[in-house]
Parts: sequence; structure tokens; C-alpha cells
Amino acid sequence: MSFELSADHEVFRKVVRDFAEAEIAPHAARWDREHHFPVDVVQAMGELGLFGIVAPEEYGGAAGDFTSLCVAIEEIGRVDQSMGITLEAAVGLGIAPLMTFGSAEQKERWLPDLVAGRALAGFGLTEPEAGSDAGATRTRARLEGGHWVIDGAKAFITNSGSSITSLVAVTARTGETTDGRPELSAILVPAGTPGFTVEPAYDKLGWHASDTHGLTFEGCRVPEDHLLGQRGAGFRQFLATLDDGRIAISALAVGLAQACLEQASAYAKERVAFGRPIGANQGVAFQVADLQVMVDAARLLTYKAAWLKDEGRSPAAVKQAAAVAKLYSTEAAVSATRVATQVFGGYGFMEEYPVARFYRDAKILEIGEGTSEIQRLVIARGLGLPVE
Amino acid sequence: MRIVVLVKHVPDATADRTFDPADNTTDRAGVDGLLCELDEYAIEEALKLAEDRDADVTVLTMGPEQASDALRKALQMGAHDGVHLLDSALHGSDAPATSLVIARALERIGSYDLVLTGMASTDGGMSVVPAMLAERLGLPHIGFVGELSLADGTVRGRRDGDSASETIEAALPAVVSVTDQINEPRYPSFKGIMAAKKKPVETWSLADLGVEPAQVGLSAAWSAVESFTERPARGQGEVVTDDGDAGRRLADFLAQRKFV
Repeated sequence: MSFELSADHEVFRKVVRDFAEAEIAPHAARWDREHHFPVDVVQAMGELGLFGIVAPEEYGGAAGDFTSLCVAIEEIGRVDQSMGITLEAAVGLGIAPLMTFGSAEQKERWLPDLVAGRALAGFGLTEPEAGSDAGATRTRARLEGGHWVIDGAKAFITNSGSSITSLVAVTARTGETTDGRPELSAILVPAGTPGFTVEPAYDKLGWHASDTHGLTFEGCRVPEDHLLGQRGAGFRQFLATLDDGRIAISALAVGLAQACLEQASAYAKERVAFGRPIGANQGVAFQVADLQVMVDAARLLTYKAAWLKDEGRSPAAVKQAAAVAKLYSTEAAVSATRVATQVFGGYGFMEEYPVARFYRDAKILEIGEGTSEIQRLVIARGLGLPVE
Repeated sequence: MRIVVLVKHVPDATADRTFDPADNTTDRAGVDGLLCELDEYAIEEALKLAEDRDADVTVLTMGPEQASDALRKALQMGAHDGVHLLDSALHGSDAPATSLVIARALERIGSYDLVLTGMASTDGGMSVVPAMLAERLGLPHIGFVGELSLADGTVRGRRDGDSASETIEAALPAVVSVTDQINEPRYPSFKGIMAAKKKPVETWSLADLGVEPAQVGLSAAWSAVESFTERPARGQGEVVTDDGDAGRRLADFLAQRKFV
């Protein structure tokens, strides 16, 4: 039994940390302030191979393990959550569905650039009135003369409107099933397709340097072969990629909690009040101690879930572990940012220190890729509870 | 074509470095070591040259067991193979002995066209090994190059001085040291890290190189560290309280120290 990552993972962690501290950390506050999406840094992350860690070698990937991807997301997220989510979404929502359900032609056309970080793909599932309730999807696609004609709108779609976004996969109602329920399918829409409009970037509480847009489709036509996977399997296909995403978001949360622990701990040792470091006060020291507990617990849950996946354990076991990790880690990250800003006192409320940015960035972790409520639902159902 | 890059495993320059009180040599055990940052520029330059032509990049280091970490990092960046010169008798070797051992190693490698090094090690910092090595091998040497190109059996390097830049051409094989201005070293990629595990590293002892232990090590060194003292802790500094003459006192302070 071992609670450590392998030596290879640690070597890789060191490289990603060096990169993150040299190329991202010094600029993160400015990108946040200016709502700037740094395409050049995304491409540098591509050169580092971060988008291709788990992708097959034939598309330029390294065929590495999922744990390595989590290490990368944690380390990027430790200095900048915006770049962390950019990586997480690019792989989990952009590359993964294509890799899992794409046809040979679709993979050959789109994957090499995505895997190299030269391009980004978004996944358009959420709609203004369909979030957790993905079955309420209103966007429609109808077949007309060998083309899908798409009408509708998507909301909060990450990496969907950057200058290097090459496509967005959107879920749409393509009919009704025999029992009268909506038939949902996923369709690939290349960037720049007429009738596909990327709305202006959202004004968000956090993740200011991440690329997030609403999307509008008005008579948007794409060839019939742009269907991703099976017709009518859109919802099931989407659910299949969710568990991996939850583990990855959990890793992003671990990076954030780790950053809070490091910064709060350092500040508590150096900031003097009443003639001694504030860490001499139990009221402060105990809060920092609690941060260590949160970070350790979140990290162990995250990497256990990643390990179960890498070991090829049963989908049910991975699903449960992913939901447990995502729920705990993201709630721990929100608590950690609250503690860190409190330790920093008035300065914690100033954008001069990263903890203020962390505080704004944390909240979405409890919402995106399955809210905390949905995680509890998944976990309760996993326990066999008859919860609705 | 083969390019050999000389690299060194050094104590982390950002850590508290010290000497080993037993023999006044650099303490390599108490501080984390890493690939000398200045050597990364030589590796990057070699990789760029190799990408443009059919060339192999061999990285070579002399140092204790953990020096293989420096080779590993270079292999992760993209070098093709490595040679580790490892022998307990090498401990405490000075620059002349180091250049002797590396010269023998290059002779053993045999076919090479270019030897690249960084501009200095961040521990010893003498910058003399490349020149000594060239002298021992009877090869041309260009030091402190900020721009480099290869063509028709020659290497051409530009070095920038305070008042002028010189461009120097030499016949291959040659020994060239490069500055930290020459390029921006790459980070190892995830694939590079995975691939490095399978790349060959040979370990050669003094016996393999035909060097007598008496020719190297601390006892053969031409110079020795007699003693060392820790740098005194930084003082509190001087606080100037403005009584209307603070500007003059600040100026006096700077003038006394010849800053103005």
C-alpha cells in the first residue's frame, strides 16, 4: 500500500510547477484584472504536452495516465485557477468526448491540433434553462438535405470563443424517443460556421482569464457526418465523460486549497501584530492547521479516484469516488479561501494579494461540472438510497 | 553529426549553500542539487542545432551518484543519450583535473563535431574548463557566445563585449561555451519525461578512461580552500528620520559608498 505518487509523477509535478511559477504566476493578477485570455500561454502549455497527457500517441498524445493529468491541473491551478480550468475543460470537455465517441475521420481532423494545444474545443451542454437538468435541453437540430440545422442557445461554455477555438460540440434535441422523451444527440460545430454566434464574454465573479461565452445557433448548418457518436446517445455519452471531469475539477480544487495553505501559513509567520507573529495566536494557528487537514484529505480523495480510474476499476466505483472527491475538495477549497483571506485580514480583501482572487475563483468549483447538490445525489444513489 | 553538451549537477543556487567542514569542498549532500541553469542554454542550443540537421546530442557530466539527475533532466529536454563520469577518486577535483577527465571521455566518445558548454557553473563559477578542455584536445575554442551557427565544417559564434561584438569562426570539431542570452531553454514536455526513462546512460570510471586516481581529486588539486567563514548576517540597515535634512543625509550615504 502506498500513499505517494510515483517518482515519475513527482518529476513531472516539478516541471509543471517550474513552468507555472515562471510563466503564469507573475502575470495571473494582470490577466484577471484585464479579463485577458493568454493564448500564447495556452500554446506554451501545449508545448509542455499538458493537453495530450492521456491522448493516444497516434494523435500526438503521450498515452499517459489520468493521475498525471490531475497533477498538471493541480499545479497550474495552484497559481491560476483560470488557466487550470482552461486545461481541465480543454481535455475533459473538449478532447475527451471526441476521443471516446468520435469517428476516425473526426478524430483525424480535429484531435492533432487540440492535443498539441494549438486549438481548443468547447462542449455545449448547459443552456440558460437547462443546467443540472440536462434533459430539459431546448436546442434543436433537424436533418435537412444532408445537413443538421441547429437552432437554440447554450450558456457558460468554456473555451468556446477564444481565437484558437476550432469547434464546439453541442447537445441538441434531434427528435423524440418512442416513449415520448426528447432524443438528445451531440453535433460538432466548427468555429466560424454561419449561424453560429459566440456571444460576448461573460462578466464573471471569478475565473476572469478563462474564456467563457454564451452561444447562439440560428439556422446553423453542418454536414450530417458532424454527428458525434450515436444519434440519440447525446445524454448518455455526456454522462460517461462526467466522472473523469469531476476528478479533474477535484484536482483543480486541491491546487487552490494548497495555495491557500502555503500563503496563509507564510503570512501567519511573518505578519506581526501586538509584537508577535499572528501565527502565535491559537485563533490563527488553528485555522491554518485546519487548512492542512483539508488539503491532505482533498488530495487523498482526488488521487484515490484518479488511481481507481487508472487501475480500470468498475465504473460504479470510479463514479462514487469521483463524486466524493469533487464534493469534498471543492467545498474544502471554498473554506480554504475563506480562511486564507481571514488570515490576511484587510489585505485579504485587496487584489494586491492572490488570496483575494482565489476567494472569487473558488465558488464556481462547487457549481461547475455537477453542483455539490448533484454530487450528494450521486453519492446517495451510489449507497442505494431511494433519493429522488 | 554528434554534439556533446557538458553539464554539471550543482547545489541549488537559491538554497543556503555551504562547504563541507571535513575537507572544505562544496557541500553537495546537505543541499538539493539540480542541473546547472546556465547549462540549460547549451542543451537548448544543441537541441535546436540537432533539429535542423541529422544530429545526435550526447550529454556528459562528471560528478557523484546524484549527478545523474542532471543528465536525466537534459534527456527529458530532448538529448539522445548520456555519459556519467563517476568515480569516488574524483571528489575534490579542480578545473585542470576536470578538464583532463572530460578530455579522456571525449576521446573515448571519439566521433563528435561540437562540444557545447554553459558560460559557467553556478557553484564553482570559474568558466575555465571549456578553454582547458580545448587546449588538452588541441581544438579551437570560442567562449561566451551569444549567437551560433554551423555551416560546412565550421562553427561561427558572436560574442558581445561592452564596446563591440566579435564574430569568430572555427573549424569543427570545436569547443564553444554559450551565454544565457543565446536562447530561451525549453521545459521538458510530458512526452520528453516519459521518453527519457528509456534513453541510454553509460557510466564510466577512471579506469575506463585510463586516468590514474593520483592525477585527480582533492590531493592533486592545484589550489585548495584553506578555510571558510559564513557570510555575516545582514545588519538592520540605517533608518533616516526626516528632520528637514533627510535628502542631504541620503545623498551623503550614497556618496560615501561612491554610488553617486
